[in-house]
Order: sequence, then C-alpha cells, then structure tokens
Amino acid sequence: MSPAPPLLEVKHLRVEFQTRRGALVAVDDVSFAIDRGEVLGVVGESGAGKSLTGLAIIGLLEAPGRIAAGEVRLDAQRIDDLPQAELRRIRGRRIGAIFQDPLTSLNPLYTVGQQLVETIRTHLPVSKREARARAIALLRETGIPAPEQRIDQYPHQFSGGMRQRAVIALALCAGPELIVADEPTTALDVSIQAQIIGLLKRMCREHGAAVMLITHDMGVIAETADRVAVMYAGRIAEIGPVRDVIHAPRHPYTVGLMDSIPKPGQARATLAQIDGAMPRLNAVPSGCAFHPRCPRQFARCTQQRPELIPAGSSRAACWLHADER
Amino acid sequence: MREAWLRAWDSDIAYSFRHSPVTMAAALATLLCVGAALLAPWVAPHDPFDLASLDLLDAFTPPAWDARGQASYLLGTDDQGRDVLSTILYGARISLAVGLASVVFALVLGVGLGLTAGYAGGRIDALIMRLADVQLSFPAILIALLIDGLVRVALPTERHDDIAVYVLVLAIGVSGWVQYARTVRGSTLVEKSKEYVQAARVIGRRPAAIMLQHLLPNVLGPVLVIATIHLATAIITEATLSFLGVGVPPTTPSLGTLIRVGNDYLFSGEWWIAVFPGIALVALVLSVNLLGDWLRDALNPKLR
Amino acid sequence: MSAEAALLALRDVGRDFDVSRPWLERVLERAPRRVLKAVDGLSVDIRRGETLSLVGESGCGKSTVARMIVGLHAPSRGRIEFEGVELSAARPTPDVARVRRRMQMIFQDPYASLNPRWRVERIVAEPLRAQSGDRDAIRARVAELLLQVGLTPEDGRKYPHEFSGGQRQRICIARALSTHPEFLVCDEPTSALDVSVQAQILNLMKALQQSLGLTYLFISHNLAVVAYIAGRIGVMYLGRLVELADTATLFARPQHPYTRMLLDAVPDLEMTGRSRTPVAGEVPNPLDPPSGCAFHPRCPHADARCRAERPALRRTAAGSMVACHAEEEGRLPAWAGRFSSMPRRAGMQ
Repeated sequence: MSPAPPLLEVKHLRVEFQTRRGALVAVDDVSFAIDRGEVLGVVGESGAGKSLTGLAIIGLLEAPGRIAAGEVRLDAQRIDDLPQAELRRIRGRRIGAIFQDPLTSLNPLYTVGQQLVETIRTHLPVSKREARARAIALLRETGIPAPEQRIDQYPHQFSGGMRQRAVIALALCAGPELIVADEPTTALDVSIQAQIIGLLKRMCREHGAAVMLITHDMGVIAETADRVAVMYAGRIAEIGPVRDVIHAPRHPYTVGLMDSIPKPGQARATLAQIDGAMPRLNAVPSGCAFHPRCPRQFARCTQQRPELIPAGSSRAACWLHADER
Repeated sequence: MREAWLRAWDSDIAYSFRHSPVTMAAALATLLCVGAALLAPWVAPHDPFDLASLDLLDAFTPPAWDARGQASYLLGTDDQGRDVLSTILYGARISLAVGLASVVFALVLGVGLGLTAGYAGGRIDALIMRLADVQLSFPAILIALLIDGLVRVALPTERHDDIAVYVLVLAIGVSGWVQYARTVRGSTLVEKSKEYVQAARVIGRRPAAIMLQHLLPNVLGPVLVIATIHLATAIITEATLSFLGVGVPPTTPSLGTLIRVGNDYLFSGEWWIAVFPGIALVALVLSVNLLGDWLRDALNPKLR
Repeated sequence: MSAEAALLALRDVGRDFDVSRPWLERVLERAPRRVLKAVDGLSVDIRRGETLSLVGESGCGKSTVARMIVGLHAPSRGRIEFEGVELSAARPTPDVARVRRRMQMIFQDPYASLNPRWRVERIVAEPLRAQSGDRDAIRARVAELLLQVGLTPEDGRKYPHEFSGGQRQRICIARALSTHPEFLVCDEPTSALDVSVQAQILNLMKALQQSLGLTYLFISHNLAVVAYIAGRIGVMYLGRLVELADTATLFARPQHPYTRMLLDAVPDLEMTGRSRTPVAGEVPNPLDPPSGCAFHPRCPHADARCRAERPALRRTAAGSMVACHAEEEGRLPAWAGRFSSMPRRAGMQ
C-alpha cells in the first residue's frame, strides 16, 4: 500500500432498490480502495452486485436504485453526493467508462470522430483541429488501422472488436485517472478478447489511469489485474493480490469458484461444483451470506456477518480466519 | 382458487389499479353503464320498443324538473313519445352489444391474420400486410359504409332490418382488424426467434399448434389494450353510422339514432332529445377510454 | 470409419442463406444477390456414445450445423444420415419422423427456451404429449425426469420465471430427455450460465451420459469447457472444418494455425507468465470470405498456394485430420504450447 492516499475510496457503500414491498439491498456495506495506476478486478457471478457498484461509483445508478449509505471519494473528495452537473464534469474528465456492449456505448447517429472530438472539447480547452489530431492519435494507439479515414466512419461500419477499441479510445480521450470497465470483453469473440484485454492494460498503463475491471471471467482477471475483489450476494467475500486469491484462495466461495472453472490441463473426471445458487436479493441468508452452501460452515456463520479479516496477504470475510489475527 | 385470487389482488397490475383514483372511477362508471344496459328490461321505466305503448300525445315532453314535464318521463320524450331515459338504456345496450361484437370479430380476424403473417413470413406475410396497407388508406367509416351498401344491394329490402345489426358488426369489425394484425405480427416476429418456439419445432409440433399454444398466449398482451380502446371507437363508429342513417333500424334506436333524431330539434327547443343521449355516449366512451389508458400503462413493463 | 457404423454422418453438408436486399431495392439499385455460405462442405461422423464438440468463434457455422441436424434448417447441399436414414432429402419419409424422435436439442439461452406462460410440467411433457395421451403415465414420467435432473416433482407446478438460469437449463434437459432420445445436440448450453452453475450442469450432463448411454454433439466457443466434456473436437472457421482430433491430441499437438491461435487465447489461469503469440486480425465478414484457405489473411504461415487453393481435410501423423497446406507440405513449425503435456484424463475417450 503506497503512502499516498488512494485514488478511489469506497466506504461502506450500500445500494438499495425501492420496491413497494420494501427495500432490496443489492450492494451491502462494500469498502475497497484503488491506488493510482493499479488495476483492481471486481469479479462475481450474476446478481453479486458488481455492476451496480461500478454504476454507483460513476454516478449512473437509475431509479429505483439509489445509494442508500456510504461514500465514494475520488482523490479524497466525495463524489457520490454531488449535483448532476458536477458529476457530469467529473465523468469523462476524471473517470472514464467502458461498458459491455459497444453498440450502445457509441451513438449510432454520429461518427466516431464526432464523438471523440466532442468529448475531448467538453473536458479540455483545445481547438477543434487539435482535438481531432488527438483523436486520430488515440485511434492509432488502439490499433485501428488507417485512423485518418476511420475517424469519419459511423460505429456500424466497425467490427465488434474495432468498436470496442474505439470505446476504449473514447474512455481515455479526456485523460481520466480512473477507468471503470464493466464486462468489456464479454460480447467479443475469444481471440478478440485477448487482444482487447491486452490493449486495455497497456493503454491504461501508458496513460496513467487506474482501472476498475468488473467481470465474471476469472481468466480475464488473471491476465490483467493487480488485485482482485470477489463479490458474493452484494458483499465482498475476499480481496487481495491476484496471484494469492487465484492460487491460494481463503474464502470457501472463492475456493469453490476456482475449482469449478474447467482448466484444460487438469486431470479430473468431474468438475468440483458448489451446490445451490446465489441467493436472491429478497432472501439473503442471515450471518454470512454464503453459509448455506459452504462445506465448512459452523454456528457463528449463521449468526454473525463476518467482516473482512486478514488472511495471509489477502482479506476474507470468513470466520474461519478469525483466529489467525 | 383462493390463492390465485389473492395473488391477483397483490399483483403489480391490481396495485396500480388500486392506487389510481381516476381509473377506479372510470371502471365504476363503465360498470354502471354496462350494468344499466344489461338490466335495461328491469330498470327502465318504459319499453320504448313496444310500439303499442307509445302515445304520440306524449311526444316532446320536457324533462321531469321542467314545469311542463311529467314524473314518469324523467328525461322527457322524443318525437314519437318514447321515454328518453328508457331509450338511452336500451340504446346503450345496442351500442355496447354492437361494440363488443365488433371488437371480438376484429380481434379474432386480426389476431389470426397477424399470427399467420408473422409465423409464415415470405409471400403470405407480404400479402396480408399489403392488404392491411390498402385498407388503412381508407377511413374506417368509409369501409363500414361500403360493406353496408354492398349488403343492402345484395339483399331484399324486407330482410334489411332483421340483419342490420349483424351487418353493422361485420362492417365495423372488418374496418378495425388491421391494428390487431399489425401488432400481433410484430410480436410474433419477436417471439418466433426465441428458442422455446424452435424447441417446439424440434419436438415436431405442427405450425398450427405452435401458433395457438406457444405464440398466442405470449402475443396477447398488447391486444388487450388495443381491444379496450377499440371498444370505444367501435361504439362511436356505430353511433356515427346510426346517425348517418345506415346503422340500426329506427325502430330499435341506439344512442346514435337518438342523437340523429334529436339533432333536428336541437335548436328549436326540444334540446333534451339529443343532449342526454349525447352525455350518455360521452360518459360511456370516456370511461372505456380511461380504462384502456390505465391498462396500457399497467401492462407496460418499462413504466413499472 | 464407414458411414453405417456411425450414429450420425454428415457428408459434404453446406447451407446457404440468401441475405440479398428486398427484390424491389435490388432491381432499382442493380445490386447483385448476396448469399451467405454459413456452412461449406462439412463432413464428419459421430459415433454412438461419444461426445463430439464443434468449436469456433462467431460466424463459423457451428450453430447452423446443429440446426441442420435437428431439422430446423434444411441443408442446401450434402447429406445428413442418422443410422443410415437420410434426414436431408427434399421430401421427408415417415422414417425420418421416427428417427427425429430419437434426437433432441438443448439451446443456449435458458431464459428464452422455455415458454414463459406454460407450467414446467407442461413444458417437460410436450414431447410426450405429441406421442401418447395417457395422462397418468405422462405425469409419472415428468416426475421421474425432474428428479433425474436434480429438481423435485413439485417444481412441475411452477412457472419458468420462478427458477434461476441453471435450474431452467435443467428443465430444458428434462424436456429433451422425455422421449428417451439417444442423441442430444447441445448448442452452447452453458455459455449463458455462471461458472459455478456451469460446473453443475456439465457434471449433470456427464452423469446422464453415463447412466442413459447418450451421444452428445456439444457446440461451444469455450475451449476449456470443451476440454472437460468432449472426447473429440472439431474446429470450425468460416463454415469449414479445419481440424478434427481427439481432445488430448488437439490440445497437446494442434496442427492448424487457427487451432493454435484459439489455444493461445484460452486465459492463463495458472499465470505461468509465458508470452503469447499475438493474435492477429478478426474473423472476416462471412459474406465475403477470403479466397483459397479462409484463414490465410491471419495466418503467419500463409503462402501463394494458401491464397489460391482451398485445402482439403487430410489425416496427419498424429492421427488428427487437418485442412492446411503448410501442414501438408511440412512447413508448419512444432508447437511448444501450454498444453503440450496434457495428461489423458480418466473417463476421456
């Protein structure tokens, strides 16, 4: 942990959905930090709350969802309670976003160049010509061939991988300090995924941007992230350096998750599996949310919700590690 | 059964209904109109269709609160001595019957054609949609008039009155199927590509079975909304046709006929013959329209 | 391997889709017809009891192959035979209907493959009702099937939206098994599921294969999943089969440059840190495939012959089938890839 304050700090974040039957808690007391230039992976299965956490940080939560508690600080300054106008200025200039579907991230009615130039000029005091030059340079950096011609084309004239490259360029064009990427490669072919992941990592490093990489794919995390947070039922189950979490997981959920991923090199007749399914938002178990499916649960697990407890070089929300302190 | 009722009461639709005073008022009004119309033989003070009970001397009696009115004719009488209130009740009956029948006819025809067009695709789809396009370029009234005119030419004059109602239903129904067909075709195209339909094909179900058992339940949602709003339109269309003189025969007047009759006397002093049926028509159509509006919003998942 | 001994045989199967603009627009703009060759000259046998997997990226035609086998599309060219009965003839014989009942399909999207307005019981019983009408027998069979896939008979009364993705896929499997089929075509059955749920479904499918003696055609884009479930793997690219091999051989000694690229793209969970051959380019537009070998624009070993002549599938020394000029001419370098030392797993064919 560097002595400088972290770039992004999330403290006790709580995201709720108001329904007429009461409030559903989708993100429950989540805290973590991202340092400058580091890549934090946020991994979890569907319903774990990872996308909502990302949306809450960028400020794009839509009603009936809302931030019910906690704070989000960018460079020690609170951003979760800012008025919309301020938030818009921070979005794009200091935080960039990449979403799963490049078709919806890019406006189909404007050329890629128009969108890039507009974003650049919104946040930086540059002339049109300079903005265009920057845009072309960025596109070239992302590996799009013939960027001087491509810049005037429309999104539908790009292939899926090209589009995602353009989206990465769009996210980086105003020089943000943090990129929130929500499943950036899920909709792409396998061979393109590898390209895009590598590109994202390289460009963020070169532009000095930190990355919050949200995905369900552990393989992507393994190749890209410095640290990883594993989410389950709206809570962080484990957080730590990526090598440790993947090779020596401390939380039984992470253990089960890693074991259930098929790996071509392994010689097992059956895949390990975790029985049951992630609980629905309106039926989260008491105490530790994972205890009904946990092979190692005991009495305390059903009664008290564990906080993140240091375990090796990671932290795990599991009472098994309570004695290690 | 009880639990199904409880579930329905607690559902999102029932909830939105309970929380919208306008909708509840509209539903009540509709219920009243329908109830009164259905129970007309028992509720109406007189029978306006019984030619024997009419007394021409009672014609043009003003409403009861007027000095020259009579208590037994609450809203006055028309030019033939018929009690306006009773005629409204019996007339609303006809209006509702014709309206409902036309809607059902148009629905069955439109949904059937829409399903077929959407599922079959290709030439059949093109044919049905071109038919729909052609029909849409004519105003509905014109089509209804056309059909009515054709039937009158084809059949001898004595039979006209007997089958006038059926012809009316046919005319309004045929003029209204297109909106159902188009909506259902769109929904069918969407559902057809879903894998449960492909699974049914793999299992070996015949196209008719797939359309009726798999597709139909899933495309009916918007149809309900269209039908409610179409009911209002159908009632107005019937009233218009009767007003024009090509609707129901004058011996069994509907609300439209009444308005036509009263129209002649509107500015010569006997205003009640047109005004009260007019109010009744507006009330009926408005409440049905409001119900339809609510239904459309309640069934729209994006607004919930 | 003769065609009669195989359970399902595909011979030079092709499927075209006419994606031309509407007739009027074409005439007005004088534009030519456009035909998409989704599958182009595919020949493969599937043996009884095995799990054959077809892998490839988008546009490779693997889903189209699946749909042709179960009869959702008719092949434009070639023959498909199930135990000698031809399924692809223009006029289907009664034999075909009988044979089709012995194969079923499982789809990718568990949310779209169940009719949201039907109860689970009715969904699972649909293939049965098409054959017989004995309601008690059908009800008993449905209960048996639900138990077999890890659900309970009471689940039959519920609607699909009350179940999670993994449970819905179990319902799909129950429906597919209801008429005692021998052959299941599985089109990306776990791609839409979370990893832990995927493990459950894959284990279930393996167990069912053992207990019921099923044959699977397993379509996927995920090589790791395929390594676990399949005994033989066919790699497809732009509608053509480019490599066909045993699982162990494919991973340890891949012959086709595209297979090698796919293997390199499998995420490195072991984090060995080995450098990867950078993957080049993207899958070209299937409407306008490259000449000769479809892979030549992205292939590091392409030469003039590759650009001109389409390679045929031929047997290699390793026992696999490959369609590659470089391999045939011995120009292909040895591959020191990640899985070169992949062990043979117990239960693998």
